Amino acid sequence: MSTTSLLVIAILILATLGYFLASKRAISTAGGDRRKLHSLPVYYGSNAAMFTAIPALGVLLIWLLAQPMLVERNVLSTIPDKLITEGSSIGLVMSDVRRVADGLEVVVSTGTLSQNETLKLDTEQTDIRALLAGVGAAVGSDVLPEMLEVAQNYRAQTKMGQLWMVLSIAPLALIGFALSVLAAKPTFRARNTVERGILALLVLAASLAILTTICIVFSMLFESINFFKLHPWTDFFFGGSWAPNFRGDSDLSILPLLWGTIYISIIALIVAVPVGLFAAIYLSEYAGPRVRAFAKPLLEILAGIPTIVYGLFALVTVGPALVRVFGRGEEGLLGVEWMSGATAVLTAGLVMGIMLIPFVSSLSDDIINAVPQSLRDGSLGLGATPSETIRQVVLPAALPGIVGAVLLAASRAIGETMIVVLGAGAIAKFSANPLEAMTTITTRIVSQLTGDTDFASPETLVAFALGLTLFVLTLGLNVIALYIVRKYREQYD
Amino acid sequence: MNDKNIMESHMGTTAIKISARDVQVYYGDNHAIKDVSIDIEDKTVTAFIGPSGCGKSTFLRCLNRMNDTIDICKVTGSIRIDDEDIYDRRVDPVQLRAKVGMVFQKPNPFPKSIYDNVAYGPRIHGLAQNKADLDDIVERALRRGAIWNEVKDRLQSPGIGLSGGQQQRLCIARAVATEPEVLLMDEPCSALDPIATAQVEELIDELRQSFSVVIVTHSMQQAARVSQKTAFFHLGNMVEYGETGQIFTTPQDPRTESYITGRIG
Repeated sequence: MSTTSLLVIAILILATLGYFLASKRAISTAGGDRRKLHSLPVYYGSNAAMFTAIPALGVLLIWLLAQPMLVERNVLSTIPDKLITEGSSIGLVMSDVRRVADGLEVVVSTGTLSQNETLKLDTEQTDIRALLAGVGAAVGSDVLPEMLEVAQNYRAQTKMGQLWMVLSIAPLALIGFALSVLAAKPTFRARNTVERGILALLVLAASLAILTTICIVFSMLFESINFFKLHPWTDFFFGGSWAPNFRGDSDLSILPLLWGTIYISIIALIVAVPVGLFAAIYLSEYAGPRVRAFAKPLLEILAGIPTIVYGLFALVTVGPALVRVFGRGEEGLLGVEWMSGATAVLTAGLVMGIMLIPFVSSLSDDIINAVPQSLRDGSLGLGATPSETIRQVVLPAALPGIVGAVLLAASRAIGETMIVVLGAGAIAKFSANPLEAMTTITTRIVSQLTGDTDFASPETLVAFALGLTLFVLTLGLNVIALYIVRKYREQYD
Repeated sequence: MNDKNIMESHMGTTAIKISARDVQVYYGDNHAIKDVSIDIEDKTVTAFIGPSGCGKSTFLRCLNRMNDTIDICKVTGSIRIDDEDIYDRRVDPVQLRAKVGMVFQKPNPFPKSIYDNVAYGPRIHGLAQNKADLDDIVERALRRGAIWNEVKDRLQSPGIGLSGGQQQRLCIARAVATEPEVLLMDEPCSALDPIATAQVEELIDELRQSFSVVIVTHSMQQAARVSQKTAFFHLGNMVEYGETGQIFTTPQDPRTESYITGRIG
């Protein structure tokens, strides 16, 4: 068992011990009378466990993240130039060093050699590559003496780091343990302390979500910057053609893709907004409780279908059906030859619209229900019919919220991938004909990053620039939508 | 003594506007209104008083069929307005509600401008020939709602921006704008402060000139101040109905007396 896991177990045992000792001590210092305690004994116990475990575990976590980086930096400077051969880089050598060092640790832990024996290893006498291969650690080339030296250095530093880790964290846990157990007296406000701890936990959870978003943006941003170093940004944003060519010299412009994305999204919204809104009006204003109890979950099931299934629906049902109507010349229903293949803007747009219906209807339903009943009563009391009431009072009152719902649906449409991969085709072009195949930003990201990819070529890196643009687009839509929805909520509070 | 006789004979000549006979209301299994029969006079303010949950608001909502909007509610018996049974199959509840206006407990202006709030009813019922006509109707309604002077310079600003008392008078003006014959008021002052309440009460007294007003109230002082007739409801029954002065000074039923003197309720 490794040092780290032993340390964690020790801390947890100490924390449990602290829990029982502190709650017992609290009761005994109160002379066995619980009513004299400021908080319930449970709180004294939790407080002790919290102060024993959390600082120690927190420092441990940071240590585990920081130590490999520091060790690596120290070792990196000791790598002799001789190891860095033609076609290699310092990064590759470093990963070899790590592999050798880790392999030697495995050799020790399996008992093939003792700790001292591994330290005295010599490339002249032992075939280290074979030794490592014996325990399942594959090294790319024969281990040179310099390489072994660096690896031993790496091991020594790691060992030293681990020693310091135990030496600093164990006292930290013990201090927390001792202080919190000693603090367990009737006057100590353990309840308040524990609740502050819970508050800290909640804040941590909230900031993690935000931090993740920031990290996503940064990871995309750095790759996008790499892309713009290789490819002119003017061509990306203002060029007119998309023709990636893996031998280089590609046209990588977002505009044709953006056009496809927006075109398909608009068709999807034309389908989804009226149908979803009408469904929401029926469900919230006309449907009886029995219909509602039945229809609402049914609509929400639609929202739970994976989008790839919608994609299949587009591919095998909607596409061919559209071809039967608009294509096949004399054999088709209209006798025209407007549509040649099943993949088209209309196919993807229709199916995406169907996907968005429950999204729009469920959001709009909530918003319409939030309109106070007193407004409906007021309108009905003036002799308006239910339909007049909905058109002239309920919908205008709910309008900002509905606009917000539509914008949220739009941002989902723009980011949708699987339906367009299967339904829209792969041809990037500017065309107003909805029966032609077109492609979107998301499908191009998929195709640029699947298969053999070289993360140094603009043809691959363009995916990150596309992703970032998409992210900014949908983020902007979401921000506007949330702003509108929030503003609308204030109206009735 | 003589005065009282003269007054009574004067009141006696007033036409009966609403006549309810043996009205029963059920909310699912709950028998909310039991055997209520009442004659409500024209050009009179009639107050319904009684403890919470006694059925006075429910009965009020029967008079313009607002209970139709509640699925589980069932009304039997007969309610006749101007000798026409309002629960008859031929009566359109929507038309009925244009004739029997309603003001609610909480001011509920629509999220529209003050002008559009008042113009809402006339527009729906096509009462105005043209824009000038509509302007006229709106002004008249706002004047009758005793709020014209406060809002005449900002007719296009939203109704929600007014104070609570102004909002309630706007709602009264909105109800008046459709030229109803009966005005139902469901605790119209319960969300208002004393000053706004006084304004609304004064307004109710003026409205009596043109309408039959039925008001539900929790405040016995209010009933005494604004109404000519009072009906006392208790546990779904109408216990007593008569001249307001008589109900508050010499109630016939011991339950009425207990409520008025504060022993029940």
